[in-house]
Amino acid sequence: MAKITLSNLRHSYYPNPKVPEDYALKEIDLTWDDGGAYALLGPSGCGKTTLLNIISGLLTPSEGRILFDDADVTALPPDQRNIAQVFQFPVIYDTMTVYDNLAFPLRNRGVDEATVTRRVNEIAEMLEVDDMLKRRAAGLSPDNKQKLSMGRGLVRDDVNVVMFDEPLTVIDPHLKWKLRSKLKELHQRVRATMIYVTHDQTEAMTFADQVVVMQDGEIVQIGTPVELFDRPTHTFVGHFIGSPGMNILPCKVRGDQAFFNGQQVLLEGPTNGEGGIVEIGIRPEYVKIGVGDIEAQISKIADVGHHFVVEARVGNTKIKAIVIGEAPEQGATVTLGFRQNQTRLYRDGWIASQAAGVGA
Amino acid sequence: MTLELKSITKCVGAVTHIKETSLRLEPGHFNVLLGETSAGKTSLIKLMAGLDKISSGQIFMDGQDVTRLTTQKRNISFVHQFFVNYSHMTVFDNIASPLKVAGMAKSEIQGRVEEAADILQLRPMLNRHPHELSGGQQQRTALARAIAKESKAVFLDEPLANLDYKLREELRDQLPELFAGRGAVVVYATSEPEEALLLGGYTALMNDGHVTQFGPTAEIYRTPQDLISAAVFSDPPINSSVISKQGDQAVLNDSTSWPLTGDALGLRDGDYTVAVRPVHVSPLRHLDDAVGLTGKVQVTELSGSISSAHFQIGDSNWVSLSHGVHPYQIGEDHTFYMDTTKCFYFAADGKRVA
Amino acid sequence: MKKQYQKGWLFVTPVLLLVAFNALIPMMTVVNYSVQETFGNNLFFWEGMGWFESLLNSDRFHAALGRQFLFTGLILAIEIPLGIMIALAMPKEGFWVSICLVLMALPMLIPWNVVGAMWNIFTLPDIGLLGYLMNTTLGIEYNMTQSPFAAWVTIIIMDVWHWTSLVVLLSYAGLVAIPDAYYQAAKIDSASSWAVFRYIQLPKMKQVLTIAILLRFMDSFNIYTEVFVLTGGGPGNSTTLLSIDLVKIALGQFDLGPAAAMSLIYFAITLLVSWLFYTLMNKQDSN
Repeated sequence: MAKITLSNLRHSYYPNPKVPEDYALKEIDLTWDDGGAYALLGPSGCGKTTLLNIISGLLTPSEGRILFDDADVTALPPDQRNIAQVFQFPVIYDTMTVYDNLAFPLRNRGVDEATVTRRVNEIAEMLEVDDMLKRRAAGLSPDNKQKLSMGRGLVRDDVNVVMFDEPLTVIDPHLKWKLRSKLKELHQRVRATMIYVTHDQTEAMTFADQVVVMQDGEIVQIGTPVELFDRPTHTFVGHFIGSPGMNILPCKVRGDQAFFNGQQVLLEGPTNGEGGIVEIGIRPEYVKIGVGDIEAQISKIADVGHHFVVEARVGNTKIKAIVIGEAPEQGATVTLGFRQNQTRLYRDGWIASQAAGVGA
Repeated sequence: MTLELKSITKCVGAVTHIKETSLRLEPGHFNVLLGETSAGKTSLIKLMAGLDKISSGQIFMDGQDVTRLTTQKRNISFVHQFFVNYSHMTVFDNIASPLKVAGMAKSEIQGRVEEAADILQLRPMLNRHPHELSGGQQQRTALARAIAKESKAVFLDEPLANLDYKLREELRDQLPELFAGRGAVVVYATSEPEEALLLGGYTALMNDGHVTQFGPTAEIYRTPQDLISAAVFSDPPINSSVISKQGDQAVLNDSTSWPLTGDALGLRDGDYTVAVRPVHVSPLRHLDDAVGLTGKVQVTELSGSISSAHFQIGDSNWVSLSHGVHPYQIGEDHTFYMDTTKCFYFAADGKRVA
Repeated sequence: MKKQYQKGWLFVTPVLLLVAFNALIPMMTVVNYSVQETFGNNLFFWEGMGWFESLLNSDRFHAALGRQFLFTGLILAIEIPLGIMIALAMPKEGFWVSICLVLMALPMLIPWNVVGAMWNIFTLPDIGLLGYLMNTTLGIEYNMTQSPFAAWVTIIIMDVWHWTSLVVLLSYAGLVAIPDAYYQAAKIDSASSWAVFRYIQLPKMKQVLTIAILLRFMDSFNIYTEVFVLTGGGPGNSTTLLSIDLVKIALGQFDLGPAAAMSLIYFAITLLVSWLFYTLMNKQDSN
């Protein structure tokens, strides 16, 4: 187990990168503590898989260093880094039995058979594949195959970090939550540093204590799942986390007062900076219908069982609200109110309002 | 346009893929096929489209028997889970291809393609090739082709399954608007209950090659016919346990009981299965008459602002889904509150009785 | 009700006719000859299983069959491992890929009889490049018109030169289809190169190797032109493979009956071995 430090990391797939767009990773500085559960979250092409491959040693970064504890591993190949990786598609050795698959990494390292047997049985029991140890791995279902590829990482007790690259892609949706919970449970039992790469907020937020949100090769925000939801520091995070995502509304600012569609909207607290493009950010959970003074027309209602997702229009701007209980009528004219302590201001995408009572 | 299936079946060798199914699908709203991966959604949607031959039964479009007509002659569109575009053609030509095949005039093709491209925000990409597009744009191209063709029936087989979840959310939002007012029957297969609810319209629940229930989406969500239908339409899985009815009380595990109301009161005493969706099991007591269930918390999950907790009562696993973040301790006992007015009761044969 | 589907026969008929002319009718002719004796003048006498019996008991047939199996066995034992090794050594991406592929494909593009003639001239002791080099420069006696051993070495090397490329190309196709993740996982599992080959590459190549072995078996078992042009079956009968013997009987001696019987036995052996091999490979797969 180890602490992982990424220092001034940059990577480009081009030989001579010049403009920032040439870089798949722009500038990454990050420290991950020993034994933590982390997630790298972002849309396709945001650089998260590149970053993962750099940590595992499958890619050498163009610039910067990677430290495991205090040892510089930037130049080490994957097999000397003592890491484990689970890929998007299950990687198993078809011709071997389940047992031999799990034993493979240990035997390659010259571990004695008695220890191999003990570790394999331990992990197989943890993954609930102990009843199929003698079967040929090729015949397993996709979720069991994926468990097996996880197991090959976990049998070793010398791993510095276990990495997961969208491991649930090929798993049936109805089994996903089982594997998600299994993963969480495994982390709690083995306490290895784990890094989970995904574009799915549920997977990231379920698994990780700390989520790193990435966009266009840059880290946008690092925080606990709750922090990311409560106080996104960037409109991208607000939009990306939450379903539906945060409403981002164009506005005008005079002093500390924000105006949406000509009407004043009370912000959570004082603002900082000036100029730039300003927007109000409010989550659908905190948009209330029938209170406040913003006039809107209900354009769409979806009944999701436990609540309604209501879409209202103010001019050309769509605002989504989550309504529990009675839903308004389609086409009705209503008023909307934003809960003040959840109404944020963003300047050029970055948060520019402070919670009341915090800061100057 | 209506699409009607009359007692169709599909067998391959000795294996029955689709059991006898009759459905009448109307235009003007989405018709969702909801079920797990192996439930037979893709088989059924292919039979509807004529991409696969039915073993018995008949298919009618607008009252006309099309059972023996080839797919080409049925004027339908089909969008696959994997992005299927002609890789050597530009986006424009991809969208235009069915119109060219139909021998439409050039000027009209231009108009139709541009209209479809505008709806799907593909206008700036019309001259690109599919490999220069992102996954979302490729799938939008496939959808634009279906729209431009103005076919009588559009079949969408998990069209969003291979997209990033945020993109999925955006396209799902637009989809019902895209097909609104076009008079085509739209059939949409998905494995996600929430997607069915968001799309609205009508839903057919599928399990093991069989449509277990069909009706307006919100209605069948609230009134499942049987335990299987209730289970198919729930994610995370619906909570269920055997209870015994004793007088006006439902008794679970001898320790927990609650008073029955409505139809459930009229049942004969004996064993029934109670089922309740995870959203009606909350870590907080919202209602005075909610009944407390205590179980050991095994796993907790967080998605946006929704928390879920998996806990165990006796031998059965239960799930609670609630807004907000809750401080669960894994491995500790926690009391959850079940809204008994949202409980379904099923007889031993699986049919809902209350 | 079924009427609409009868159009389908129109599409199938040309193929059926083609197959009939191409395979069935010649085959029936052969069957016909194999059970009769003819002395020309269109006179035929019923012979029954006679030709088959005498053939299966003849030493000449046994020897030719033995040589045929030896030849096929040797070239399979060389070409398959060699082909896999070359495929493993070939670059998987970049500029050299296409060049290597073209180089590999070249020998296969040369017609059979030209291959035979090429090697014949190549190995002539007086003017052939190889023959001269061996005999005169290196002082090793090498003359395939006199030494059966030299003749065998030459036909084997010739076939290896001509056909290893097929194994290479098929193996290469199998290799490049393996997703990168497998190699990455193996690296992480500290697998040795041998383990990578044994547990990843070989299992993933199995399908294409099955096809490669089948094709090479059938082709080499039926080889005729190259060997005939090169050695004519000599010296003596030392390289008279089954096919060469067959032609000697049929066209050299004009014994149509025995030749027809031999063709059928030949055909049956090829079919049987291919089928056995294929079934065994598949059976192993399903386990």
